[in-house]
Amino acid sequence: MGCAGFGVAEKEIAMLKRVHFNKTWLPFMLVAPQIAITLIFFIWPATQAVYQSFLIEDAFGLSTEFVWFENFQYLFTDEIYLNSFGRTIFFSAAVAFISMSSALVLAGFADRVIRGATTYRTLLIWPYAIAPVLAGALWVFMFNPTLGILPYFLDFFGYDWNHYLNGGQAMLLVILAAAWKQIAYNFLFYLAAMQSIPRSIIEAGAIDGARPIRRFWTLVFPLISPTTFFLLVINAVYAFFETFGIVHAVTQGGPANATTILVYKVYNDGFVGLDLGGSAAQSVILMIMVIFMTIIQFRFLERKVQY
Amino acid sequence: MATISLKDLVKNYGKVEVLHHVEGEFQDGEFIVIVGPSGCGKSTLLRMVAGLETVTSGEIYIGDKMVNQLEPADRDIAMVFQNYALYPHMSVRENMAYGLKLRKFSKDDIERRVNEAATILEIQDYLDRKPRQLSGGQRQRVAMGRAIVRDPQVFLFDEPLSNLDAKLRVQMRLEIKKLQRKLGVTSIYVTHDQVEAMTLGDRLMVLNAGYVEQFGTPIDLYEKPASVFVAGFIGSPSMNFLPAKLTNSHIELENGHKIPTSSAQQGDAIFGVRPEHMVVDDNGPIEVKTELCEQLGANTLVHGRLNKCETSVVASIQGHWDYEPGSILRFNVTPENHHLFDSKTEKRLES
Ligand SMILES: Nc1ncnc2c1ncn2[C@@H]1O[C@H](COP(=O)(O)OP(=O)(O)O)[C@@H](O)[C@H]1O
Ligand SMILES: [Mg+2]
Repeated sequence: MGCAGFGVAEKEIAMLKRVHFNKTWLPFMLVAPQIAITLIFFIWPATQAVYQSFLIEDAFGLSTEFVWFENFQYLFTDEIYLNSFGRTIFFSAAVAFISMSSALVLAGFADRVIRGATTYRTLLIWPYAIAPVLAGALWVFMFNPTLGILPYFLDFFGYDWNHYLNGGQAMLLVILAAAWKQIAYNFLFYLAAMQSIPRSIIEAGAIDGARPIRRFWTLVFPLISPTTFFLLVINAVYAFFETFGIVHAVTQGGPANATTILVYKVYNDGFVGLDLGGSAAQSVILMIMVIFMTIIQFRFLERKVQY
Repeated sequence: MATISLKDLVKNYGKVEVLHHVEGEFQDGEFIVIVGPSGCGKSTLLRMVAGLETVTSGEIYIGDKMVNQLEPADRDIAMVFQNYALYPHMSVRENMAYGLKLRKFSKDDIERRVNEAATILEIQDYLDRKPRQLSGGQRQRVAMGRAIVRDPQVFLFDEPLSNLDAKLRVQMRLEIKKLQRKLGVTSIYVTHDQVEAMTLGDRLMVLNAGYVEQFGTPIDLYEKPASVFVAGFIGSPSMNFLPAKLTNSHIELENGHKIPTSSAQQGDAIFGVRPEHMVVDDNGPIEVKTELCEQLGANTLVHGRLNKCETSVVASIQGHWDYEPGSILRFNVTPENHHLFDSKTEKRLES
């Protein structure tokens, strides 16, 4: 009886769906704007980039020659490019680690004092709303060797800060600026993940004898591991592809290419160096990497914890 | 093993007081059931004993130690939660071993205790499974296992059976009772189910809106309910309450019929009679106009109203009976089964 009734109800729902959406043009109309945007701002430039990556233009821009994969071959023998590749991987790892671990700590505290958390949460989200260039400018001011507040304090400890001359310091600065901006995003995801853990699991841990730190590492952290994985991919994508504004504002890739990560090099070689073919080849490589990371994310992100 | 005492315990959430001056002395090895309707503060009380909620005022002792300020970990208790609260990322074995590892038991000792508990609860075959691969009843057993491996001084249960189906609930109820008898650990068990409470508890604490209505053995509560609330809560079907006037050694019902009583009280009162104490008697003073009969096999529930009144009455009589709606039945009740309550305070009137 019960089962039969359920079947009928399901059929009715299915019919309702069909009745509502039987005009085939409606769904297409609804997605048309999105498709148009994708075509104009993504598909078309992407095909142009692929096409250009097969071309070499002479120094005066008078003639172009179709060269197949020569631009790519050249890139993988170019020491400057390979260095930039290594630097980007280091940069991304550092940004992901710093922003995720800071966010994890902040979320851990917010989860404990959830009553006051609305204010706390709002404050922590602000950096995310700031444009990359502005975030960069902020850090440039703070760390300006002659005017900035932090070099002034570092001077008391006998530490000489000048990221215009010191490549290591320049790298540290872009890493901090890029990581700082991403903390808010990571924090939101971590906090949501922590709050979806049933309270009683944590309470059971407390009764079993685990102190807060131990509970965090043996219960909370393993249970939010899907979020950690998701954020790892998101942060890698961010550090690889969305940090152009920050690098541009803070160091312009300098000193001596010390902060020229791959996205910045695409811009630099293309618009400053005017090597359009090489720049296009670099952007195609970046594009392939984005696609690859997105696949990883979709492929593995289905794994969820069940309570 | 330990005694527990609650001294003048008060709990506030913000300005709202949800527990009012709760007192209780629980003996070593006793099975205490806290019972009451949903929202009356049972879980709050239990969680205060566990150390999961702060105490607003008053004191909690486990053994002779005041535990108000102790962390849950330091109270030497174990708790079984309503949703089991198993650690989803750990196997059954790891779930049970977690507390032991934290308390730095040796590997061999952990192994031995986990296996022992698993044998008692018959979950040896699932030790390497994750909680999500278990049925509700099996998860329940794992939660129990996690509580007993540590051999704590006190067991706390917060409605542990309410997520199980009816048949399993009866079975697990018996097992919990047997297990508690065998281990002799002082236990506090929270439930809203009066049958569960009556069958499990050595003593029951009936809670109503944060007040302790009565604290006593199941038989005490059944035979001498301290208030209309307890009388109506304990026993199924629920006690009948008839408005009455007490005059010289008589209980006068709404329709004027009189029942002799030994009570010396005077004035307005509530006369309580359990359905199972209503005896069909052609000369009985309680006249009922029947409305519906429910045949339950062993007995029949006769629903009706006090003749010429609106007050509904239920009687439970042995055997199969089917009365036409509207027929008049007369019942008698022996004096020892009379319950009299004050009509204002709803407290029991002693004769
Ligand atoms: N964290 C809380 N904040 C505010 N009020 C609460 C909180 N927890 C419980 N209460 C209130 O306290 C009362 C008792 O709750 P609880 O102990 O959970 O009842 P029970 O377990 O008997 O159903 C309820 O009125 C509930 O709304
Ligand atoms: Mg409750």
